[in-house]
Formats: sequence, structure tokens, C-alpha cells
Amino acid sequence: MFDQSNLIYRYDGSFDGLLCCVFESYEKKEIPTEIILPDTSQTLLFAAKEIRTDIQKSSRVLSSIPEKMGFDALNFIRRAFLTCFTQKELYILLFLRLGYRHGRSIMGMLTDNTVNTLFKAVKHLDNESHLLKGFVRFSIFSNVMVAQIEPQNYVLPLMTQHFSERYPEERFLIYDKTHGMALVYQPYQSAIIPIEDLELPEPDEQEQSYRELWQLFYDTIEIQGRHNPKCRMSHMPKRYWRYMTEFGSSPKKSHLKLEDTAKLFIP
Amino acid sequence: MDVFDKLKILTDAAKYDVACTSSGVNKKAAAGGIGSASASGICHSFSGDGRCISLLKVLMTNVCAYDCKYCVNRKSNDTPRASFTSRELAELTINFYRRNYIEGLFLSSGVLKNPDYTTEQMIETLRILREEYRFLGYIHAKAIPGTDSGLIARLGMLTDRMSVNIELPSQSSLQLLAPDKSKHSILAPMKYIQNRIQENSTDIIKYRHAPKFVPAGQSTQMIIGATPDTDFQILNLTEGLYKKYKLKRVFFSAYMPVAENALLPTLDSTPPLWREHRLYQADWLLRFYGFTANELLDQQHQSFNPFLDPKCNWALHHMDFFPVNVNRAPYSDLLRVPGIGVNSAKRIVISRRSATLQFNDLKKLGVVLKRAQYFITCGGKAAGGFKITQDKVLQSLMSEKTLGMYHQSFPLQSQNKQLSLFEQPPMIPSGCPQEDLQRCLTSPI
Repeated sequence: MFDQSNLIYRYDGSFDGLLCCVFESYEKKEIPTEIILPDTSQTLLFAAKEIRTDIQKSSRVLSSIPEKMGFDALNFIRRAFLTCFTQKELYILLFLRLGYRHGRSIMGMLTDNTVNTLFKAVKHLDNESHLLKGFVRFSIFSNVMVAQIEPQNYVLPLMTQHFSERYPEERFLIYDKTHGMALVYQPYQSAIIPIEDLELPEPDEQEQSYRELWQLFYDTIEIQGRHNPKCRMSHMPKRYWRYMTEFGSSPKKSHLKLEDTAKLFIP
Repeated sequence: MDVFDKLKILTDAAKYDVACTSSGVNKKAAAGGIGSASASGICHSFSGDGRCISLLKVLMTNVCAYDCKYCVNRKSNDTPRASFTSRELAELTINFYRRNYIEGLFLSSGVLKNPDYTTEQMIETLRILREEYRFLGYIHAKAIPGTDSGLIARLGMLTDRMSVNIELPSQSSLQLLAPDKSKHSILAPMKYIQNRIQENSTDIIKYRHAPKFVPAGQSTQMIIGATPDTDFQILNLTEGLYKKYKLKRVFFSAYMPVAENALLPTLDSTPPLWREHRLYQADWLLRFYGFTANELLDQQHQSFNPFLDPKCNWALHHMDFFPVNVNRAPYSDLLRVPGIGVNSAKRIVISRRSATLQFNDLKKLGVVLKRAQYFITCGGKAAGGFKITQDKVLQSLMSEKTLGMYHQSFPLQSQNKQLSLFEQPPMIPSGCPQEDLQRCLTSPI
């Protein structure tokens, strides 16, 4: 193993691309100190090594993971790839290298630094996606349900199944502002597509009155004698409040042509 | 009266019901339907008092034929009254549900005319939801004590969870404050629901598509602090309910003074929130940590220690059980260590297969070392290598201020000190306040 302290990989940002980095690391018997995205603009002291994404290589790595360390591990790194942890690529690579050495027991090595760091990142992702299953607020515009979120992690893939099972007969759209992606669903089809920006129309009368009913309910259900804002904040951090109906912040009001949202749905 | 007024009145009347959980059942909508439920439960919001809002919690009506002294909806109280029609409520639920405001409906009711009539109204609402809207979300319904068992059976087929409120922890308190209810009228429907759940579970084994009766089980709640019942009685009752009636949850609600009555705490008294908190902690110890009520409290100690949580309190009185060797102790022993919870105990059991755990490893696994360090050893070593006494541990578990209060209410038992011929007189000037004294004696623990 060469000890190259200045080795940097640059990959295309896809999961397959990352798996090719793992392949490269084994083929060249080297461990990078950093794995960066193509558009990283920081000035680097050393030139980054370009890793080309090759489906053949990545599928070899992909099929070896469940074989060597079980499906749990594969599922785990897939989720780790969705987290907002800045060094996730490097840590996934290190995790896989450990996994090839230790086999299935890798998922139990919680005190190892690499494994522990990734576990914490994945826990953050799981927590956030669980919270958002409750905190997402839809507004209904001519029978299409639209919601906006601004999560730290890329949670949309983890929410697809939940909302598809919950509203099988509806048409809905969940716009992730942080990542510029949207989950769109119409009966029995769902997709995650990139969207630049989303502007929503004024709510109609019915929509407005249900929002007000909900705000009324929210304000009334509190027992004044037990007011405890700190407890509320620890369960429901303030960064989620922005898009929640009960805090009076309905999605941005402006002009939208509904035909545009209609086009987003899968033909 | 429009829906706004009704919603305001009937939410206001329902808010003292504690249970708002949506857990215990996994299901998803069939084609053409709407709604799903997940066993972990989902909180959709948190109100200003920090309680989870998961279900649309309303009363069908707040008109009530009963006159329970502790209740806002009692007959003799002068308060605006309203009732939802079944269709109104079903429509409101569906529209909230579509917008993902709620996980389902929590339906309770005052007693309009008589228990049977009230339950029929509730059944109609749930029927519209389940049959017309094909709603598969979570529904929690209250069984009104005194309802005909046939109606309870029908209600149970439409709901996921049912509950009968115990209200007060003893028969004598009930007699005093809720003259229309009796222990029997409360426990009878509870027993009936339990039997039906039991029967249903054997049906499901025989016929896969047998309709499910109250699949998420039943729960109950009781009011704390309105009557002189002790923590020991309440905890024993709780344990009995879990064992005998197979309840999923027992909820406690600190009594909020809502009525002026000679039998009740005065209107300006504050709710006993810390007591409720200790009861919930003990409840968790019963359900997940393998403790029994008799271990936590006994005839001599009938109420919880206000300064120490029940688990720490138990640990301090059973120092002979400790230290626990983290690398070898069985899961059930790990659970008894203060600072180790269900999650961290599971992680310890998993990760010690591949490595010997040290103190800094435990920190990574989520163990609260601040508390746990006095009760464990890693690889034969204790944390500081010092001898642990009850007093030392106390000092580190509490802030100095609480410790001072603790010592005032629980004076230290005479310390077993070896007699010495050359006993040093205390060197601290007598004017020194207790707290400062402790600080200078104990800082480098």
C-alpha cells in the first residue's frame, strides 16, 4: 500500500462513480485522502485524479458488497450516500475497505471511527426523513397536492414509499429546495426529477379556510398552563417551521401557471 | 354555529386527553383508498406545551350528562356547548389528512343523552370515514363507560386503538369525584376489549382476512394530583393494568385546576408536573427495562424522590449490584445501569462481539458517562480508580443547589466511620454555607 498523502480523487457525483473510486483504490493499491465533486471550486495544492465512471467496474463492486458483507451493509452505504456529511465519499470508501477485510461483522463494529462516523451521519438522515414524514404540509391547487421542504439531507428517496402508500389515488409533488429536486407522483407512478424553482399560486378559498382551521386547531390544543417552548423546539427544530401551515407561513404566494406544474407530472 | 366555532369549542374540550400516539400498527391503503399507518407512529407537529400532535383530537360533543368534579365538560359547568355532525367531522378529518396535517382521528365524546346514543354517533362518523372515503389512517376512539358491549364491538372493528379512561387511581377517589362512574363500569369494557382482541388474534391465525379488532391495542389514562393517592399505589395499578389487561400504554396527566371544588386542589395550585414526569420515567422502566413496581417504590417509600430519577434512585440503594462489567454483563443487567438506555445497551451488546470496549468507546455508543461511570467497569477498571460511595455519586449526579435541597429532605444516614483516637476537628469555619463547603470538598472528583 502506497502512503500517498496528497492523493485526491475527483468523481462525477453519482453512486456508480463512487464505486469506481473504490475499484480504483483497490486496483492501484492506494487510499485517497479526499474524494471531491467535479464542480468543487476550491484551489487545490495537488492535482486531483480524475476517476471515470465505468458501469462495468461499478457493477462489479456493487455485486461484491452483499456477497462480502451482507445486504444490510449495502443498504447502509446507499443511505450514507444521501447524507449531508461533507466527507461521506471518503468515509464510504474507507468503510468498504474495512468491510472487505472484516466481512459481515463490519455492521457491528460501532466503535471503529470510520463506522461510527458514518452511523451518526445515517442516523441524522433517518431522523430527518422520519420527522419530515410528519412535518410536510401539502397545499391543494386544483386537486394537485404541492409541498415544499428544505432538508439538510437528501431525504426524498426515503420518503417516496411512505407518501405513495399514503396517497395512492392522489397527484402530488414535494419540492426539495436544498437539492433542487422534486418527488412527483401520480397514481401508481413516481419519479424524482430536477426542478429549478417552484412558485405557487394564491390559495383558493377552500384551501385558505382549511389552513385557518388547522391554525385554529393548533392554537387551541395547547394547554396554556403547561406552556413549554423549549420542549417544543427540541422536538421540532425551528428550521422546519418555515413551511408549516400552523405558523402562518404558507408556501410563497405568487404567480404560477398551473399548466407548468401539470407538465411536471409524468406523461 | 359554523365549523370554526365548533372546532374551537370541541378542541378546547378535548385537549386534556393526553394520548395522542399513532403507533402500534402497520398498514397501507388499498387501491382506491387513502391513508396508511406505521408502527413507530408519526408526530405531525408539536404544540406550544411541547406535546406531540399526531391526531385530530376532538370531541364529538361536549354536552355531557355526567357531573365529574374534575372535568371541564361536567354538566354543572357553564361553558359553551357544541356538537359535530358525523359528516362534518369526517369531511374535516379527510381534508386535514390530505394536507398531511394529521395522522388520523382521535375521537372522544361527552355523554349526550346516554352512553349508547353517544357511541352510535361516533360509530356513524367512523363508518363514513372507513366505508365512504375508504380511509385507512389511524383512528383512536374512546369507549364510553356504560356502553352496550355490542356497540363497543362495532366501534372496535372501525378503530385502530381504543381506550377507556381510568380517570382516578382508586375506587374511593372515583366515588368522591366522579359519582356517575365506578371501578366496575370502567374495568368491564376494558376487559371486554381485551377478550375481543384475544379472540380476534386466534381468528386471524385461522382466517387470514378476518377483520381486525382494535389492532393497535388499548390504552388508558389517569389524573395525577387531584386525589391523595400515592405514587406507589399508582405505579402498582399501572403494572397491574399492563399485566392483567395487556394495555399498550398507561398515560398520566397532571391535574390542571379547571374547577372550584372543596374536594379538589385550589384553582391557583400548579399542576404536579415533576410527579407526572417521574411516573412516566417509572412507566418506561416497567415496560422496557425489566423493572417491577415493587423494586422502584415500597411501603416505606411511597413517593418518588423529586431530586433523582427512579433508575438512579434504585441504583443508589443497590450499590451491591454494581459495578457491572460492560464487556460481559447480560443485556438485562446493562439496562439497570443509570446512563445506559435501551439503544446504547443494544449497541454495547452488538459491538462488544468484535472489540473490547473501553470508556471512550462507550461515549461513541451513546452512553451517558457522566452518570454511568460510577456503576461500570471496562476491562476490570473503574473510571477514576477511586472507591465509590453513595455520597460521592450523589454529588456528581446533581447540581450543588439540588444536592443541598436533597440533603435537607433526605438527611444522610449516620456514616459508618471507623473511630479514631486522633480525630481532627472540622477545619471549616462554622459560618461557611453548606453549598460552598461541598464545592471545596468535592470539586476534583
